Amino acid sequence: MSKKAVLMQGNEACVEGAIAAGMRFYAGYPITPSTEIAEQCAVRLPQVGGKFVQMEDELASMAAVLGASVTGVKAMTATSGPGFSLKQENLGYGCLAEIPCVVVDVQRSGPSTGLPTSPAQGDYMQARWGTHGDHPVIALSPASVQETYRLIIRAFNLSEKYRTPVIFLMDEIVGHMREGVVLPGADELIINKRHISYHDGANKQCYYVPEGQYVPAMKPFGQGERYNITGLAHDVSGFPTGSNAVAGALYTRLMEKIDHNLDDIIRVEEYMLDDADTAVVCFGGTTRAVMSAIQEARAAGMKVGMFRPVTVWPFPEARLRARIHGLKRILVVEHNYGQMLLEVQRVAAERLPVEFLGRFDGTVIPPADILQKLREMEG
Amino acid sequence: MRYEMRFSGSGGQGVILASVIVAEAAVAAGLNTVQSQAYGPEARGGMCKAETILSRDQIWFSKVIRPNFLLALTQQSLDKFAGDLAEGAVVMADSSLTVPAGLDESQVLRLPILDTARDKVGKLMTANIVAVGAINKALGLFDEEALYEGVRRHIPAGTEELNWKALEAGAALVSDEQAAAFRQSLD
Repeated sequence: MSKKAVLMQGNEACVEGAIAAGMRFYAGYPITPSTEIAEQCAVRLPQVGGKFVQMEDELASMAAVLGASVTGVKAMTATSGPGFSLKQENLGYGCLAEIPCVVVDVQRSGPSTGLPTSPAQGDYMQARWGTHGDHPVIALSPASVQETYRLIIRAFNLSEKYRTPVIFLMDEIVGHMREGVVLPGADELIINKRHISYHDGANKQCYYVPEGQYVPAMKPFGQGERYNITGLAHDVSGFPTGSNAVAGALYTRLMEKIDHNLDDIIRVEEYMLDDADTAVVCFGGTTRAVMSAIQEARAAGMKVGMFRPVTVWPFPEARLRARIHGLKRILVVEHNYGQMLLEVQRVAAERLPVEFLGRFDGTVIPPADILQKLREMEG
Repeated sequence: MRYEMRFSGSGGQGVILASVIVAEAAVAAGLNTVQSQAYGPEARGGMCKAETILSRDQIWFSKVIRPNFLLALTQQSLDKFAGDLAEGAVVMADSSLTVPAGLDESQVLRLPILDTARDKVGKLMTANIVAVGAINKALGLFDEEALYEGVRRHIPAGTEELNWKALEAGAALVSDEQAAAFRQSLD
């Protein structure tokens, strides 16, 4: 028997998916358009033995999430642009200290306080470069309520597997829309737990990583191992080091643990690209308008398809490069001034024209505008 | 038939909830649906709007640009959104409202939604449920089971009887002839 769908808001699906993934700690400071995530966590976490804490501010929320995670609990916070800015310092701490967690950013319009209730995708580059210093980033972006549920589970899985914060880059479009969702049974889900110990006995140092491996396997705090965690460059014991060689090796490993596992991390949705002359590149809530436009373009005989990074960081450059052959042009559509555009240009601009359609006034790009742009490009 | 529905009124009248209930009933009936709403300071006492799309086909774009159905519970919302309607759209408006110039009387069904909620059901705050009952009768969207399920999931326990009364009172505002004319106008 097929499962019945339930009506759910994107923000709500984010919470339900996170709980299914094992999230049992949430600390946050409510901010539109992510507030329903905090509200729903406050209702749901006590029901499943978890903890919800409304913190005094965004900075403390991020710190509390890291603190919870080092005790072995899957932890999450959610925010929007202004709060995402404030979380950046501790986000970098999580990257360097290798603390799994999921940070949800439901993007809204504009810099600073901007247009709090309006959609945008202006935090795309911030997700990659918001915290200082070279660091690895995994960021995922859902395009529907159903996908939000599934993808937040994947965000937790990747976070635990690679011991790194994962950014869940939503936008107001998906966060605030309601759709029917079919909830998978627990037996249909793959849930990762973090690896805790390499069992080789010889080396019990917390940040020890065997040859050929990239991710340390320290036990959670409170389970019998005593070790140090710091935001300073550190050696395998977890204590600060002044050695450039040790620091360099650490930074390299942090980058390589992502760069050497791109096939595992990167997911792309490709739609009708096989015979396409034009690929529309988009992500997140923008996908909805793009898909509508593609239906109309195809009905008018235009050969248009879609290339959608689901993993938006690392940018799926090998996948896009493999798709360029056969295409005549690319159109990037985003609710910003042109951010993923820069990545697409980097990969494709030498081979074919890359055009852009963006909006950043807080309104949604209608499919008709995309169709018109496609027509202009075909000339 | 694809319905692109806009629900409008004043913050506090429950038009967002009405749009959610229609979407919930659609899910219960096995239809595809996407619901969204305008958030903002205007939602608190000022004008507010919400949108629900219903279709048997996949729904991609989630917003409504040119609705083919409009519910308006205040003059301000009727005046504002009358200009956005798709060709052949139908409008359900409270009978206290004046049909603005540019809107054909024949495409507007004026019903005493607010009076019915206050006087017949006994609580003005049930106006949104009265409207849902009237919309369902006029458009013939859902069977009773799906409609009641849609409402049940969004009301506090213990208020069922009041809400069933509101649904029935809403449906009773629309005669079979009016419903048939309404649907014909939309087609």
